Parts: sequence; structure tokens; C-alpha cells
Amino acid sequence: MFALVDGNNFYCSCERVFQPYLQNRPLIVLSNNDGCAIARSDEAKALGIRMGAPYFQIKHLEKTANLATRSANFTLYGDMSNRMMGVAAQMGPEQEIYSIDECFIGLHGLPTNSLTERAWHTHRQIAQWTGIPNCIGIGPTKTLAKLANHIAKSADRQIKPYPAILAKVCNFAELNDRQTSYLFQKIAVSEVWGIGRRIARQLQAEGILSIWDFMQLSAATVRQRWSVVLESTWRELHGTPCRQLEANPEPRQQIAYTRSFGHPTTALPDLESAITTFATRAADKLRKQHSQASQVLVFAKSSPFATNTAPHSRTVVQGLSEPSNNTVALVAAALAALRKLYQPGIRYSKAGVMLLDLCNVPPWGQAGKSQRALDEQAGGDALDLGLLNSHDAALVHGAETEQLSLDFSPLAAQQAHSQQQAKAQRLMTALDAITHRFGHDTVVLASQLDGKRGWQMRQEQRSPHYTTCLGDVPVVRV
Amino acid sequence: MSMVAPFLTPTALRSDAAMLLPLCSTVRAGFPSPADDFLHKHIDIGAELVRHPHATFLLRVAGRSMEAFGIFDGDLVVVDKAITARHGHIVIAVMDGEFTCKQLYTKAGKTKLLAGNPEFEALGFQEGQTMEVWGVVTSCIKQFPI
Repeated sequence: MFALVDGNNFYCSCERVFQPYLQNRPLIVLSNNDGCAIARSDEAKALGIRMGAPYFQIKHLEKTANLATRSANFTLYGDMSNRMMGVAAQMGPEQEIYSIDECFIGLHGLPTNSLTERAWHTHRQIAQWTGIPNCIGIGPTKTLAKLANHIAKSADRQIKPYPAILAKVCNFAELNDRQTSYLFQKIAVSEVWGIGRRIARQLQAEGILSIWDFMQLSAATVRQRWSVVLESTWRELHGTPCRQLEANPEPRQQIAYTRSFGHPTTALPDLESAITTFATRAADKLRKQHSQASQVLVFAKSSPFATNTAPHSRTVVQGLSEPSNNTVALVAAALAALRKLYQPGIRYSKAGVMLLDLCNVPPWGQAGKSQRALDEQAGGDALDLGLLNSHDAALVHGAETEQLSLDFSPLAAQQAHSQQQAKAQRLMTALDAITHRFGHDTVVLASQLDGKRGWQMRQEQRSPHYTTCLGDVPVVRV
Repeated sequence: MSMVAPFLTPTALRSDAAMLLPLCSTVRAGFPSPADDFLHKHIDIGAELVRHPHATFLLRVAGRSMEAFGIFDGDLVVVDKAITARHGHIVIAVMDGEFTCKQLYTKAGKTKLLAGNPEFEALGFQEGQTMEVWGVVTSCIKQFPI
């Protein structure tokens, strides 16, 4: 059995914990740069505000409907998420943190007849300990747990036809056949976890509207006409577990850091500053997951909302001579790409860096090993050293991808290369230690300081970092 | 081929980087210290003040109504939301959407919030007013200028 624990309107709920006067009031949280609504309280949903609604289209509701608006405060949401996940973890022996506001709990080994009560206990504990309202769904598969959570949440919001008795906590295993078939017939197939918009549209075109309709297909039909993945969703709906908890999620295959600018800019130094910052953050994430990148993609575009000019967007991919997770190398490549795509006179409003073609490195690091080899073999002959290095490289990158252009160069050049790599590795270790202790932007590359900082995020209504910064803790008037 | 900037030579940082290495253990020659068998871990102030880390928050006090309890303007209070408030606890309460810090009084079917300063009156509740206990104050931290 699995449970899915989910914080209601999570970002809004985090804001309300420390600003109780926002209770019962329509509240939205805006995306980075105050662009559009990324979280809505129930009251804001009732005003008809859509997910992703641009701020300028709903701003008038601040005056007419008492709408409150906050800029995204991910420092706060991340800390509150850790707290919620920590409490939720008590519910069962295993936990998969699925997103900032949801986690799956593995319930194996626990007495089945106690699970609903256990869920109510966890539900109340999260609410009391962290102040975050939440809903919990339980089911024999992850897909059914997710569906049960959807039912619990919808019933809590008094949406028809969800029965009120299933609000907040819904244990699918305790429903009888009549109840489950009623729900399957009433709930749209698009609500099922793993059925995206595209597949939902294809199903609808075939007249398959409800979960019930979908379940009447045969497994073979689903596999043949769609995919094995959709078949496993079908099986999970029928109660056969196909998806296990993922305690250690796979390292990501690409890492992106993109932002809209606070103010548009035409100046290259401004863009260089932004791209340096983005590439630095992306390199930081890359090292955290022990990967190296072989290619760096950079894009920059003008505002899609600008009315007087045609939208402009360009992307350049820059290859590296060898895979790297070194900030200096990645920033250099990103800046090279930027200079290729930059055009004077364009009012750039958004840019981003993506690290592509990732491969894993063992945590001890390639350069460190080479350095050790070098130390041991100082004065050794050229052939040995060359073999050792290419062997290491093959281990690390897989033989087919690497482009170690220096492999057949003279010993001195090779040695210098390895030493440089080892030094760079140590520099990155030091940089990561500083960032860990003092936060981002304590030590930066000079190009980050170029230009005006107008590109930096607009966050005009961000609440304080209530839980992570001593100067920002809530004030209580006594 | 694409360009890669030559790596900067981190000569100045090298010694710093070495300093960041964790000290694993010390190897001592000669007699072992007689205190070795009696070593305990350090006193952890954080652990003493925080019983439920997931449920504990810090708030800054502004005002004088709690001085009798030793809570002064500018102090930090440690608030544990995991504790269910009882009569006599110092609590953070939410009244009319605002935080306040008072002593909880629940006796003879009456609920009040008591101030710790005779200049301030106890807070009772009228019809339609809402009061919710947000958390229980477990300690007060006062830092002196140094």
C-alpha cells in the first residue's frame, strides 16, 4: 500500500503560516519575476484566477476583490517543505519526495486496518506542527494513491461530485465496488497520474472520457495503440503495482537555469552578467549530482508581450572540448555562445543556460585521481602515464564520447593538463564549500559583476525569509 | 573545436582549500590521555532549546506586556507548534489575524490571554472574535550587546 501526502495550495499556505491575516482572503503567489500566478488559494480559485494567469491581467482584483499577492519566496517554501516532509516521513517505513509539496509513503509491513487512522494522525500532525493544510490519499498502487489524494482534495474543496465523507483523507482500499465504480465513472481520465494532456486528448477523441471508460479497454489494446507506459498506468488503476518508490531519483539528464529579467536590456555586459550567474548556478547543480556536461546551450529572447517589435529569440549550443563540471569552463562556453547570438538593439527580456549531454563522474572526481596518479608516477615514462589517463577517462565518460585531444600529445602537455584539471577540481571543491557555508554569490566570477543588475528578478512583494534568516523572523507584538 | 578558457591557476586559494579539509582524527604517540574514556559530546544548545525541529520557529518580540515572565522587547522566543497548549503555557496566539504573545488561561470554562505586566489588561473574547493558539513558547533568548 502507498500513501500520497500533499500540501494544499502549498506556496499560499506557507505564506499564511506567518501572515495569519491572509487567511480566508484570496491570495496568489507570483512566478519568479512577478510574471504570473503559480499558486492560488481556494478563494483566489473561486475568483476565476487560472493557473499561470499573467499578473497584469488580474492585478485589478487587488482593488476590487481584496486579492493579496506575494512574490515567490522559494527559500521559505523549501524550508517549510523540509519540515512537512520530515513529519510525513513518520507515516511509514519508506518515503519518496516527489515534488516540493508531495511525497509518496510506502506502507508495507503496517497493519492494513490501521492505515486510515494513521493517515488522519499524519494529516493532523502536519497541520499542527507546520501549519500546512494537507490531504492524504491511500491506495494499493502509486497511481491509485495519487487518485485517492485527488479525491480527498476535491472533496475537501466541496467540488461536485466528490462525496464530503472522503475529504482530507481518502483510503481507496476501504471503498466498496459500488463506490469505486461510481468514482471511476465520474472522474475524467485526464485526472489520472501519468495521463498527460496529449494522451487525454487522444483518448477523448476515441470517446474515452472517464477513468471507467479507460479501464474497460484491454491491456493489449492500451499497449498496442499507445505504449507500455500507459499500460502500466492501466494496470495500476486495476490495482496491480507496477511503479515502485524511488528513494534515489535518477540524476537529471539536463540542467537548466532560466529567468525573465526584471527590466529588459540591450547591453551585452548586462547579458554577460546574467548568463554568468545562470551558468554558475547550473554548474553548482551539476556538481551536486556528480555529473559533467559536454554541451552548453544558451538562449536569449525579447519579450513576447512587446507590441511594437517582432519577438526575437536565438539559441546557440556550444560544445566543450571535454566533459566538465568546472564553473570557469562552463561559464566561458556559455559566454562564447552568448556572444554568437547577441544582436545589438534587441530588447532582451529573458535568457537561460542549459547544460546538456550529461554523464556521471564518480564522486571522488576524475581530476583528483589523475593528480594522485601523477604524484605517484612523478618522473614516470610517457607511455604509462598516457595509458593511465585514457583509461581513467574511458571509465569516467564511456569510451565512445570523449574527445581527449591531448591523449597523444607530448608528456609535458599531458602532465600540465592533468595538473590543471586537479587544480580546477580543488578550486571547485573550495567554491562549493564557500557556497555551502555562506550562500550563493559569496565568490563570483568577474563577468557576473559586469553591467547593470537590471536583469535581476523583480520580486516586489516577497515576504521575509521567516524561517532561515535571523533578521527575518516574524515579529510578535506583545 | 569550441573554446574553453584556460583554468585559472588557484595559487592563492590552494592553502585555503587545504584548510577546508575536515580533520578526521589525531594520531598521538606516547601515553593515551586518561580523559579519553570519559569524553562526551559537546553540549548542543540547539538540541536543548529545540525539542521538535520540524515544528520549531523563532519569533522576535516587540513590546512590554510580558516582562513579568522575563520576555522583553527585542528578545527572541523559541516557539514549538508540536506542543498542545495547556492552561498556564506562554503561547503565541493569533487574534484577529495578528500574532500576540500571552499566557494562556483556561479555567472554569473561561479562556483568556493574560499579560505579564500590570499595565496591560487580560484579553477576553467577544462573540465573533477568533483566537487560535499558533504555538507554545518554550524559551526566551536574550542577547546582550558585546
